[in-house]
Order: sequence, then structure tokens, then C-alpha cells
Amino acid sequence: MIIHLATLLAFQLLGEVTSRGLDLPLPGPVIGMALLFVTCVIWPRLAKTIAPTTTVLLGHLSLLFVPAGVGVVGHLDKFGSDGAALGVAIIGSTVVAITVGALTFVGLRKLTGTSHD
Amino acid sequence: MTEFAEIWTYLSTDPLLWLTLTLAAYGAGDALFKASGRKPMVNPVLIAVAFLAVLLQLTGTSYATYFAGAQFVHFMLGPATVALAIPLYANLNHIKKAALPMIAALVAGSLAAMLSAVGIGVALGLDTNILLALIPKSATAPVALGVSEAIGGSPSLTAVFVITTGITGAIIATPLLNLLRITDWRARGFAVGVASHGIGTARAFQVNETAGAFSGVGMGLNALLTALIAPIIAQWLLG
Repeated sequence: MIIHLATLLAFQLLGEVTSRGLDLPLPGPVIGMALLFVTCVIWPRLAKTIAPTTTVLLGHLSLLFVPAGVGVVGHLDKFGSDGAALGVAIIGSTVVAITVGALTFVGLRKLTGTSHD
Repeated sequence: MTEFAEIWTYLSTDPLLWLTLTLAAYGAGDALFKASGRKPMVNPVLIAVAFLAVLLQLTGTSYATYFAGAQFVHFMLGPATVALAIPLYANLNHIKKAALPMIAALVAGSLAAMLSAVGIGVALGLDTNILLALIPKSATAPVALGVSEAIGGSPSLTAVFVITTGITGAIIATPLLNLLRITDWRARGFAVGVASHGIGTARAFQVNETAGAFSGVGMGLNALLTALIAPIIAQWLLG
């Protein structure tokens, strides 16, 4: 468990160093995810070894957004008259984005004859 | 016996209290979510955030004090993002088979998120500086904040939009995708990850492991695409 966490942190650190070193537009953890993925492809045993810890961590992923969410509440009253328009823009665009994304996926899958599973 | 005020003075300056309450509030939210028969409206993040926000108000606690405790939870977002590589790897065969639909859905979903937000905002008369902060809202928080700053938006406004978008996606995804009669877990997960980043991905993992993995891929790819496309949309908006 400790070694598993240390592995994840090491990849995050590697990602941060890469992101800053090469001045990439992606945050360190996202690069760390890509590096860990590539490492697992080369060395499949790693994925099997740390899977128990990552399953637990990802099973509680929602929890990790709570502190940032609480910070948001302090800003909500600032929007005043723009609040309703912002709500419509955010809810509306999220509905549109999920609809367009999912329909495009299914449409292309049928077009290219990729199997449904 | 020690006075309550004295105990409170100790607790209110110690990270322990707010760390405990963050976990307890989420635990309660999760219990309510399960008791409701996993209804998407009963979102554990939303319940925990609302409860803690009210508690901070009532006790007159600043966000900085709260965050001194909650930062230990917040910190785990980094390693959790790295951990998304594992379900991604486990679904490698699925992903290889669906490469083309994924790329198309990424471009379409990402553009739809940014353009429809700007379009609705313009139609409802929102200021340009608010519109700029809205553009990257579907990307994962660290990317969205960086992009917002780069295109001249306000990162703190963007932070609010990112979280709101994530919670919106987590709540509407299941009823919306059922309404559209989309049964492919890959399509469902991927679209949710592109539109509503990590909070959507967390929700997708609650529903289905494959959906969660594809949502994680969608989130990662859209972080990259948003960083590339948002400056172009911003330029077009200002031009």
C-alpha cells in the first residue's frame, strides 16, 4: 500500500518536472498519468501490483473534490444578476457537450463497424 | 472541566477538525446517495459541499482555516489523477478498438462544450471577461485555470465554473444518456469525461468500471485539446 502510493507520487513528481521543464500546457498529474500508462504497457506487472490501491483511491474520487467545492460557495454571491445567465450557460453547454460527444461516439462506431461491447 | 470556548479555540485552529468534518460530510452524503437507491440528484459531492459551506458560515470560519485541514484530502487529487492510468491500461483493448469514435467524440464534444457555452453566454448578454473565463470550464481544474489565465480570463471565476460544470455533468449524465438511449458504456463514459472532467469521471466510476476508464481518457485528452483550442476561440471572440 505504501509502496503503491509512493509509486503514484513518484509518477506525479516526474510529471511535474516534465511539465515545468518542457513548459508543457498540461498539468503534472496528467503527464504523470500518461507516463504511468506507458510504463504499464512496457511492464504489465506494475499495473497488476498497484491495482488494489488505485481501485480504492478511484472508488472515492468524488471525495477529493469536496475541499475545492467548498471554496466555490464563497464566490457564488458575487454573480448577482449574472447568476441565472451563467447557470443556463453552464447547464446548457454541459447537456449539449455530453449529447454531442456520446452521439458522435456511437455514430462513428456504427460507421466504422466497431463492435458494441 | 475545560470550557467549551477553550476547546473550540483549540479545534478551530487545528487542521484535525475540518479534515474530520470533510470526511464525515462526504460519508453522510455517500450514505444518503446509497439510501436513495443511487439517484443522480442525490450527489455526495454537492451534499458535502453544501453542508460544509453552511457550517463555515454558521461558525464564522474562513475558507483559509477550513482549507488548512481539508488540504490533505485536496492533495490526493494529484496521485488519484495519476492512478487513472491503471483502469486506462486495463481497458487498453477496448480503447484500441474504439480509437476512431474516441477521437471524433473528443473533438466534437470539446468544441460543443466551449462553443455552446460562449453562444449561450453571448445570447444572454454576459460580459466578454466572463465569457473568456467560461471557455475552458470542461477541462480538468489545473488545466482550465492555466488556460483561463493565458487567454485573459479570471482563473478564480474559472475555478467556480469548472466545479459547477463537473457537478452538473455528474447529476445530468445518467438521465440524459438514458433519454438518448445510449447503452454503450464506452460512449457514455467518454462523453461525460470530455464534458465534465474529474467530477464526471468520479460519477462514471460509481456507475460502471468501463465507463469510468473511458471517462478518465476523455478527461485527459480534453485537457490537452482545451489547451490547444481555447486560445483560438478566445481570439475569435475578441476579434
